[in-house]
Amino acid sequence: MSILINNRTKVIVQGLTGSQGKFHAAKMKEYGTNIVAGVVPGKGGESVDGTPVFDTVEEAVRATGANASIIYVPPAYAADSIMEAVDANLDVCVCITEGIPVRDMLAVKRMIKTTGSRTMLIGPNCPGVITPGECKMGIMPGEIHTPGTVGIISKSGTLTYEAVKQVSAYGLGQSTCVGIGGDPVIGLKYIDLLEMFEYDAQTELVVLIGEIGGQAEVKAGEWIKNNFSKPVVSFIAGQTAPKGKRMGHAGAIISGGDDTAASKMKRLAECGVHVVELPSEIGKKVAEVLGKI
Amino acid sequence: MYLHEFQAKGLLREYGLPVPDGGVASTASDALRVAKELKGEKWVLKAQVHAGGRGKAGGVKIVQSFSDVYDESTHMLGMKLVTHQTGEDGKIVRRILIEKATNIKQEIYLSFMVDRDNEQHILIASAEGGTEIETLAESKPDAIIKEKLSAIKAMGAYQGRKIAKKLGLKGNLLNKFSAVVVKLHQVFMDYDCMLLEINPLVVNSDNEIVCLDAKITVDDNALFRHSKIEEMKDYGEMEPQEVRASIYDLSYVSMEGNIGCMVNGAGLAMATMDIIKSFGGQPANFLDVGGGADENKVREAFRIILTDPNVKVIFVNIFGGIVRCDLIAKGVLKAANEVPGDKHVVLRLDGTNVAEGKKIINEEAQTSGLNIYAADTMADAAQLAVKLANEPAPNAASAKKKGGSK
Repeated sequence: MSILINNRTKVIVQGLTGSQGKFHAAKMKEYGTNIVAGVVPGKGGESVDGTPVFDTVEEAVRATGANASIIYVPPAYAADSIMEAVDANLDVCVCITEGIPVRDMLAVKRMIKTTGSRTMLIGPNCPGVITPGECKMGIMPGEIHTPGTVGIISKSGTLTYEAVKQVSAYGLGQSTCVGIGGDPVIGLKYIDLLEMFEYDAQTELVVLIGEIGGQAEVKAGEWIKNNFSKPVVSFIAGQTAPKGKRMGHAGAIISGGDDTAASKMKRLAECGVHVVELPSEIGKKVAEVLGKI
Repeated sequence: MYLHEFQAKGLLREYGLPVPDGGVASTASDALRVAKELKGEKWVLKAQVHAGGRGKAGGVKIVQSFSDVYDESTHMLGMKLVTHQTGEDGKIVRRILIEKATNIKQEIYLSFMVDRDNEQHILIASAEGGTEIETLAESKPDAIIKEKLSAIKAMGAYQGRKIAKKLGLKGNLLNKFSAVVVKLHQVFMDYDCMLLEINPLVVNSDNEIVCLDAKITVDDNALFRHSKIEEMKDYGEMEPQEVRASIYDLSYVSMEGNIGCMVNGAGLAMATMDIIKSFGGQPANFLDVGGGADENKVREAFRIILTDPNVKVIFVNIFGGIVRCDLIAKGVLKAANEVPGDKHVVLRLDGTNVAEGKKIINEEAQTSGLNIYAADTMADAAQLAVKLANEPAPNAASAKKKGGSK
C-alpha cells in the first residue's frame, strides 16, 4: 500500500504543451507513471509524444477515465487550473507552479471547502508526490527513491531529496514522499497526510521536514501526540534565519516569536517527535528509531 | 514587498480614507516648502524607511516653526536610523514625510493580515494604540481583539461596529469607525496585501477617525497584476546584492558570516546555513539559485556572493532534481575563474547526473589549479568549508594545487 497515488493512478498533465510540462511528462512516463492525457485550452486534438491533448479537464476525464492531474501552468493562471481539477472531482491534484498569489489560493481553498469536491490538492510550489516503484507525479529525481516503509512529508523540494538519499543509504525505502510546498496557503497539510500514513499499513515511520514561518509544524506536533501511533523523525530548516526576511519560500518568514525553528523544534520534541538538529542526521535517526543500527 | 508610509497613505487617500494632509521631501528646503504649503503651526516629520520603531529612534519629530522644520529635516535627512528592526547598521533616511499634526483624543491599533492557518483574513484591533502589537501580545494579550474576515468578499459593516463597540467607541463613532475599517479591508483585498497595519488609528479632537500611520506589505507573487505598486519599489532600501539577485531571479538574503552559500531550493539553502553554524562557522548569505539554474545563473550567483568582502569560502550545495549536476559543474568552473586566489570553493553535488558533474570538476580542477574542493555529503562539505574559513588565507603558491579531495 501507499498513500495518495499508486500504479492504478491515471494522470492528466495540465499545461502539457509548455516546456516544463513536456519535459516532466516525459520524465514521469519514463518512471512508469500512467500519463493518459494533457489539458491545454485551445489545443484540444493535438498530441504530445503520443499523449492526447484536450481543451478541458472534464473532456479528458470523460475520454480517459483519469483520476488525477498535475499542473505546470504559469502562476497567473494556475489557480484557475486547480479549480478546474477540483470541479472535475479528481481524486488528486498536484500543483507544481511557483508564485501563485495568496489571494488566489485562498479562493481555491474556499472552493474546495464549499463545493464538497473530493479533490485532494498537493502544493502549490512543491516537488510533487512519489510512490516509489509505482507512480511519480512531480519533478523529483525518480532514481534516488526505493520502495519501502518510510513516509516523508516536507515543505521543501531539494531537502526532501536529501532525506530520501540518506534514508536509502541505510537500506530503507519509502512508502510515499509528499512535498506539500512552501507557500503560506497550500492544499493538504501535515496533519491530513499524517492521518493517511496512520492508516497505511506499509508505512512504519514518518519523516516530517518543516521550516520557519507559520504554525503548521506545531499543530502537527500536537496532533501526533494525541493521534499518531508511529514514530516521527523531524528536521526544521532555518535555525539561522534572520527575523522578517523571506527565505526563498513565500511562507518562510519569521513574523512572530513562536514560528522560529528553535521554537518549533522544542514544541515537536515535547510532543514525542524525534527532532534532529542537523539535516545530515535525518537518515541516521530514522535507522536508529527503526532499530536498523 | 514593503511600501513606504507615504506610498501606503497615497493608496488609502485614493479610497477616500482619512489620512493627514502631507507631502514627501528629500531635501530640507523641499521639506520647508511642503510645510509652508500645508500651512498651520504644528507639523510632524517622519523618516521614510522600511522599519518599525522609528519614533523611539528619533525618526519622528514634532516641530512648531518653519525654522524647526528646516533644522530638523536637515538633521534627519541622511542620518542613520537604528531601530530594533533595522539591525546595528541602521537605515539611511533619504526621504521624510511632512504632515500637519493631529490633535489626538484616542489611539487605536488596527491591522489586517492573512491568517494562513485558518485560510482567511483576520482583523486585529486594540484600544492600546501606539504600542507595537508584539509587545502588546506579551504584556496584555487580553487587550487584543480579533475578528475573522472572509478572504473573498468585503467585510460587513456590522463587523466593524462589533469591533468599535469592543474598543469602547460610542455614538456616531461606531459608524464612522466601521466605514473606515470596511474601506481598509477593501484596500487589503484589492492590492493583494499580506499586511495592512494602522498604528495608530486615532480619534481626533473633532471626533473624526484618522489613519495616522500606515504600513503595507504586498504579496510579491501578486505584483504581476499591480504594476502601479511594483513601480513604488524602493531599491535604496535593499542591500545592493539583494537588488542584483532580484534582477537575475535569485533569492538572496545577506548575513554576517564569511561562508558564502549557493544552494538549489529554499529548504536546502536554509539547512545549509544551519549545518554551517552547527559546525562552528558563520554563513554569509542565503542564496537559492532555484530550479532553473543554468551556467549564467550560477556565474551571477558567484558574482553576487563575491561582492561581499567578508566571504572566504563559497559553499556550493546542489541536489539535482530538475537541475543537472553536469551543467552546474560547468557553471561553477566558469565562475571559479573569477574567484580570487585567496578564496576557496567547496562543492557538493548530488542527484541528477552527479557522476558526470563530479568528473568535470575533478578533471578540470586538476588542470586549471582552481581552489575547488569536492565533498560527497552535505556534512563533509560543511565541515570542510568551516575549516577553510577559519584558516588564514592561502598564499598564491599553495593555492595552485587543489583538486577533488574524494
